[in-house]
Amino acid sequence: MNGENKIKAPANPFQPEPARIVRTYPLTDDVNFFQIRIADMEKALSFQYQTGQFAMISVLGAGEAPFSISSTPSRPGLLEFCIRKAGTVTNALFQMKENDLIGLRGPYGNTFPIEKMQGKDIVIVMGGLGAAPLRSVLLYLLDNRDQFGRVLLLHGAKRPAEMLLREEFFSLKEREDLECYLTVDEDDTGEWPADVGLVTQLFKKLGNINPENTFSLVCGPPIMYKFVLKEILKLNIPKDQILMTLERRMKCGVGKCGHCAIDYIYTCLDGPVFTYWDVIHMRELI
Amino acid sequence: MKIVKLKKTNLFLFLEIISKEADFWAPVKKSPDKHIFEVIEDFSKINLDYTRTILPPKKIMLPSDFNMFQASNTKYTPDFSHVSKKIIFGIHPCDIHALVIMDKFYSHEYNDPYYQKARDNTLILGHSCWPDEYCMCKSTHTHVVKEGYDLFFTDLEDTYVVWIGSSRGDDLIRLKPELFDEDLTDKDIQNFSQRREERDKAFTNDINFEAMPDLMELKYQNLLWDKLGEACLACGSCTNVCPTCNCYNVEDKPILGKNCSNISRCWDSCTLENYSGVAGGENFREKRSDRLKLFYTHKLQSYISKYGKPACVGCGRCVVTCPVDINVYTVSKSLDNEEVDTFWNRLSKEVTK
Repeated sequence: MNGENKIKAPANPFQPEPARIVRTYPLTDDVNFFQIRIADMEKALSFQYQTGQFAMISVLGAGEAPFSISSTPSRPGLLEFCIRKAGTVTNALFQMKENDLIGLRGPYGNTFPIEKMQGKDIVIVMGGLGAAPLRSVLLYLLDNRDQFGRVLLLHGAKRPAEMLLREEFFSLKEREDLECYLTVDEDDTGEWPADVGLVTQLFKKLGNINPENTFSLVCGPPIMYKFVLKEILKLNIPKDQILMTLERRMKCGVGKCGHCAIDYIYTCLDGPVFTYWDVIHMRELI
Repeated sequence: MKIVKLKKTNLFLFLEIISKEADFWAPVKKSPDKHIFEVIEDFSKINLDYTRTILPPKKIMLPSDFNMFQASNTKYTPDFSHVSKKIIFGIHPCDIHALVIMDKFYSHEYNDPYYQKARDNTLILGHSCWPDEYCMCKSTHTHVVKEGYDLFFTDLEDTYVVWIGSSRGDDLIRLKPELFDEDLTDKDIQNFSQRREERDKAFTNDINFEAMPDLMELKYQNLLWDKLGEACLACGSCTNVCPTCNCYNVEDKPILGKNCSNISRCWDSCTLENYSGVAGGENFREKRSDRLKLFYTHKLQSYISKYGKPACVGCGRCVVTCPVDINVYTVSKSLDNEEVDTFWNRLSKEVTK
């Protein structure tokens, strides 16, 4: 039976798989980085996801919640998450140590349209925790660099201490095949070696953009969408080439519990990745 | 379609034979105007002279609170203890339609094994009904059934015309075939048609459900929603009694002293305040009117785009249950520009005085 594809649809889509916290460390005051591996080796390797998808993580005694996957499918085996301490489940997660067991199931949701994005220029705009889902696609683009045109990254945080994965992004900034701009609204350290100002001010650094040939990916806090979308629309990028990934309450991840319903769709099945056109023609999306 | 006849005097005898080794659920009278589905052993408790039960049969498939897993750190063991062999007798066409909607919903994209196993172990024995002033099933085209049942009993004075709707239904008849008469006389057919005609005329409600998807879209910002939001008590009664409402919450209930939990699933309601709240305090539908819009978008619009019919089967439970008259009837009528005498209309008039 060697070499046979053993991936099957799970009989029980709600059943978590025991998984181990391989590494965890703080990224900011309230955001931790988690490296997680499904305990069963075979299942760990057959967990095949794509950029933009999410997983349900459960902590025994606390509950279950959805989290964007921050790692890239081009580096299989370990799953990575950037998680903010915000509620019951995340508070319990922050108590856990390396080698502790949690529950994990997924992957769920739709994905970034990687095939359509091939050969195109990609402008990624992230703010705050928006780095969590967009890091996955950024690393994927970099791991498959020859398949895409220009890759531009605009990353904003309030203060230096609040930028997720600063070291990683500063190291990426060194790459010649990535145009990487990192900015903070306010530099309270006086030592920030990159841009200072709102992420919207970085748009003037983009140079000439051919809008028809460009995809833009955005994720950040609600206030950021408002201003960033204005800038992206000024570039004349078509509304269905502007992609956003959204957050909702979810209890199942598979379109049954109802909590993530928007209009006639479920964020867990038809999202979390939406186009700007979806956002303006569907009510309540943002 | 196979159709047979059963003498009414033989009903209990038949039920006796088929109900061995199964929980037998049937409508039972609880107060002068309230009926419920209950497990019974004594058939004389069955009361078929009812219009609607307080809760729909969804409570039999997926109880309001049941265990999904017994969980430890190393293992999540699925728990199907809510599943047992069941027979539901006396269920009306609207409720059978609701089951058909749930069959589609729970198998869409991902199969929900908790529903599926319960459904596979349940025999549906439908029974004909007579509408009251709250029934809307003729408008939702759910007053007659073509699928979703194993047997369906139409009441014709001293006999039942029994429609066999499935292979399992046929097996039930074969347990005691001598009770059934395969030959329907011309008189039987005439009686059946006459009953059907009279029943069709007995419906007093007429709602234009076909217009609802467009009206929901066009009137999404209408003041009507503010009026409804003002009156809504956010009690969740409408969703509890609705046969097609299926939202749920999941809770991890630790077992004290042991390092394990019961992961349980309980009914939730989109009208409750924290339904769309996420960790960190953001709530996507803080306003009651926004939550009511979600409920009615789901009932009157989105199911139509997905499955070709509304997620309302016209059972009238929301009409008799909502303490402030927010229900499919009053909302549809108001969207269609008809004046309705409701608590919330009177309330908003007093406010403007």
